[in-house]
Amino acid sequence: MALVTLENVSKSYWRDSLEIPVLRNISFEINEGEFLGLMGPSGSGKTTLLNLIAGIDRPSSGRLSVTNTEINKLSESELAKWRSKNIGFVFQFYNLMPVLTAFENVELPLLLSKLDKKQRKEHVELALEVVGLKDRMGHYPKQLSGGQEQRVAIARAIVTDPTLLVADEPTGDLDKVSAEEILNLLERLNSEFKKTIVMVTHDPRAAERAHKSRHLDKGELS
Amino acid sequence: MKIPLSYSWRSLWTRRLTTILTLAGITLVAFVFAAILMMAHGVEVAMVDSGSDDNIIAIRKSATSELTSQVDRESANILKTHGEIAHGADGKPLVTSDVLVVINLFKKVSHDLSNVSVRGLSPEATQLRPQVKLSSGRMFQFGTHEVIVGKSVSQRFDGCEIGGTIRFMASEWLIVGVFDADGTSFESEIWSDVEQLMPAVGRPIFNSVTMRLTDPNQLDALKESVQKDPRTQSVDLKREKAFYAEQSKNLAGFIRILGTIVTVIFSIGAIVGAVITMYAAVSNRTVEIGTLRSLGFQRRSILSAFLIESTLLAVIGGLAGIALASLMSFVRISTVNFGTFSELAFGFELSGQVIISTLIFAVVMGFLGGFLPAVRAARLSIVNALRSS
Amino acid sequence: MKVLKLAIKNSFRHSLRTILTIIGISIAVMSFGFIRTVVTAWNAGVAASASNRMITSHSVSIIFTLPISYRDQLLKVPGVSGVSYGNWFGGVYKDPNDFKNFFPRIAIDPESFFSLYPEFILPEDQLAAFKKDRNACIVGQKLATEHGFKIGDIITVEGDIYPGTWDFVVRGIYKGRDATVDETQMLFQWKYLDEKVGQTQPGRTGQAGWYVLNVQNASDLATVAKTVDDMYANSRASTKTQTEKAWQQSFVSMSSAILTSLTVMSYVIIGIILLVLTNTIVMATRERIREYAVLKTLGFSGRHIIALIGGESMLIAVAGGAFGLLLTFPATGGFAKAFPTWFPIVVVEPLTIALAVASAIVAGIVAALFPSMRILRMKIVDGLRTIG
Repeated sequence: MALVTLENVSKSYWRDSLEIPVLRNISFEINEGEFLGLMGPSGSGKTTLLNLIAGIDRPSSGRLSVTNTEINKLSESELAKWRSKNIGFVFQFYNLMPVLTAFENVELPLLLSKLDKKQRKEHVELALEVVGLKDRMGHYPKQLSGGQEQRVAIARAIVTDPTLLVADEPTGDLDKVSAEEILNLLERLNSEFKKTIVMVTHDPRAAERAHKSRHLDKGELS
Repeated sequence: MKIPLSYSWRSLWTRRLTTILTLAGITLVAFVFAAILMMAHGVEVAMVDSGSDDNIIAIRKSATSELTSQVDRESANILKTHGEIAHGADGKPLVTSDVLVVINLFKKVSHDLSNVSVRGLSPEATQLRPQVKLSSGRMFQFGTHEVIVGKSVSQRFDGCEIGGTIRFMASEWLIVGVFDADGTSFESEIWSDVEQLMPAVGRPIFNSVTMRLTDPNQLDALKESVQKDPRTQSVDLKREKAFYAEQSKNLAGFIRILGTIVTVIFSIGAIVGAVITMYAAVSNRTVEIGTLRSLGFQRRSILSAFLIESTLLAVIGGLAGIALASLMSFVRISTVNFGTFSELAFGFELSGQVIISTLIFAVVMGFLGGFLPAVRAARLSIVNALRSS
Repeated sequence: MKVLKLAIKNSFRHSLRTILTIIGISIAVMSFGFIRTVVTAWNAGVAASASNRMITSHSVSIIFTLPISYRDQLLKVPGVSGVSYGNWFGGVYKDPNDFKNFFPRIAIDPESFFSLYPEFILPEDQLAAFKKDRNACIVGQKLATEHGFKIGDIITVEGDIYPGTWDFVVRGIYKGRDATVDETQMLFQWKYLDEKVGQTQPGRTGQAGWYVLNVQNASDLATVAKTVDDMYANSRASTKTQTEKAWQQSFVSMSSAILTSLTVMSYVIIGIILLVLTNTIVMATRERIREYAVLKTLGFSGRHIIALIGGESMLIAVAGGAFGLLLTFPATGGFAKAFPTWFPIVVVEPLTIALAVASAIVAGIVAALFPSMRILRMKIVDGLRTIG
């Protein structure tokens, strides 16, 4: 069953009065339970495509359905609510709040849910256990290594139990060993926890770990 | 190797919003600073310039102001006879015996009663006070109940135009002229014939006697002979300018003290603003600084680039503040003159001194505000600076 | 709640900047309170005037006096239940350039004064001593402390309006019933003034500078004023009768321009508070654009972002405001010490405190407005791309 459906999706940016097309008439589907790698040279539009799927950017034209919701038709605040329930986002540079501990960072998305303090604690601890950092709960981001920071970020992405995980170059800023750990973790989330994952990468080793990969070039899928 | 000025300039422009906010702060402080200086200077112009260095004023010893001074007719007549006193073309001594009384008149705008000084003078007074010129109408005739009013009185008080009448103490006075006195305190007065005013207000004694000397340096000689005469021993002689300066001291001093307190407080606020801005400028540009250093710029070049940046900011703010404050010179306000117990109108007077002081003040603010952040920028190590972010 | 915690943590990220901003705001709030207190001190005489007293003075101006014979005539005016009188003495005490020697010296009638001014409190025995000696005087507690005057001390004043050297013996020290009473005056017997003037200037005896009328019934005030002024309308010494408040106001209004300038200045200060705070918040949010983008990605809405930025702004503003208020008291205290006799009553009013707090809060809100709007309008993708 298709979790993500794109029909004739195009996206272009305006720089002054110049229209710069980034994605051109893209149509494809991602099935539930898939682990998809999006590959392509820089400037090919892969991050833009990922942002569209994650609902943090809007297509210029076309239909975009994710988790049975036509997200191109949602308002700003509906979209925000939808994201908090359905999407887990992993960034290349982790993007943890430097003033918050690992625990508090993971807890952040849960502040938007109706869970009480005790339930939140359970969820956060579980998520941190999954990524193997339960013993580092009280540490601040700057007290963690890059790989550990990314694992905290992954815990933050899965703590709300979203259907879809999107990751933008999750290993781009990591050394080989840490990158390996992160990829193992993503694979486990896919196989063990049945998360659908879309990962943008230009690292062929990372792409190998995905079950399926698509290539983008100059805004078109190949 | 020096970093070009355009680097500082463009850096300010890049962070426009912060720059403008800081600039606005400095401008406001410079404005307040300049306005207070202008106000104090205005009071001095109004009061000190009323007096002339060539004139000598005689008031009673121990009197703190002209209003509380008493000089009887006998002493006044004796003073006139001294040889040091200059004589006019008609051969009469250049002396005026003045009476100063305070009356209530309604103000035009607020319709409140306020105090106005009425000065009675001798015919020689116009020669002693050449700054007083009729701007319309004519001089009052001695021996009649005619008066001329100062420009400020005419502008601020009800019915004080030519043709109007002023009533007090069951007497009536016709206004026949309006005079200008170069912004001095005389403009806040009403002038009449002293010999008409004295009986009208039931006051048999003068408040002061003002005279012109043939040689201004003969004050001490005159003082000595006046002191020797037992009939004039109670009289004290002062240079008119010094006397008015003394009179303005309280008011100008009060404005200065209050003004200084307020400006010091304000400037701390503005310096804090500048420090915040410059610290942010430094931390935003850590990589830039590292790059400049690695290109071979010296620490002191970095230091001066940042100092120039903050000083530039302050100078622009200072100039804008002065420009704003100069608009205040169209404003004339009035306050109670403690010496005459009546209203004194004065303006915000801009002077070179005020402009220079304000600019120096702004530059000091900018320098102080930029110093610590500039030191931090200069002390960054190249490696750390390049690695950050 | 958790958002507030993040706001608190955020505000201490650049602790130097936060502290500087708090200092800037507290100094501004302090000067706001200071200036307003000076303005209220100026008006203190007006505020302290009683509603049941009227002043009758010469209609031309305060420098002219009224015959003492008016006293008995005024007592007969319907509605007037008591009459007292006084003269401004002036004079020079020691060095006239020292502000502290500038205290008011007034000749009063000890027999009638205290029943009209119940707020002046003088012990029985001191009052008796004051009435007994012709050259006796009493001084306010504040003045006595300032100059170290004790009972029995002699105060020598060089007269100006009333020439000559005058010696007064301190026979009592009065206290105010509350803080609004001026405790910096020196009061002495009117009879002493009258007798001594008679020795040198016989023509100036029997004159009172002003009369104080006690009018118990507020509805009588207007009629009393008209009756009195009509009574003397055609005499050389015509009168002007007004409430004590209006009389005090007439002195204050002469310096209204300075008061207006000060008031304008106090508003400029609020502008400065705003600029300093806005500057800080603008910079803080600029540095954290990426973080706000991440929060938005996680599904946080505009409400949360406003709470986050506004919380930080309010926190700094309120801290600065509170600190500034604390500083206001020593600052005004120092001012009161610098001009003890010019401004006998210096009190920080509750309204001043309320206004200072309100302006800090308003500044907190306004300063957050612009940066919040900026973050709300920002596209997530643009925010993520920014390198902080």
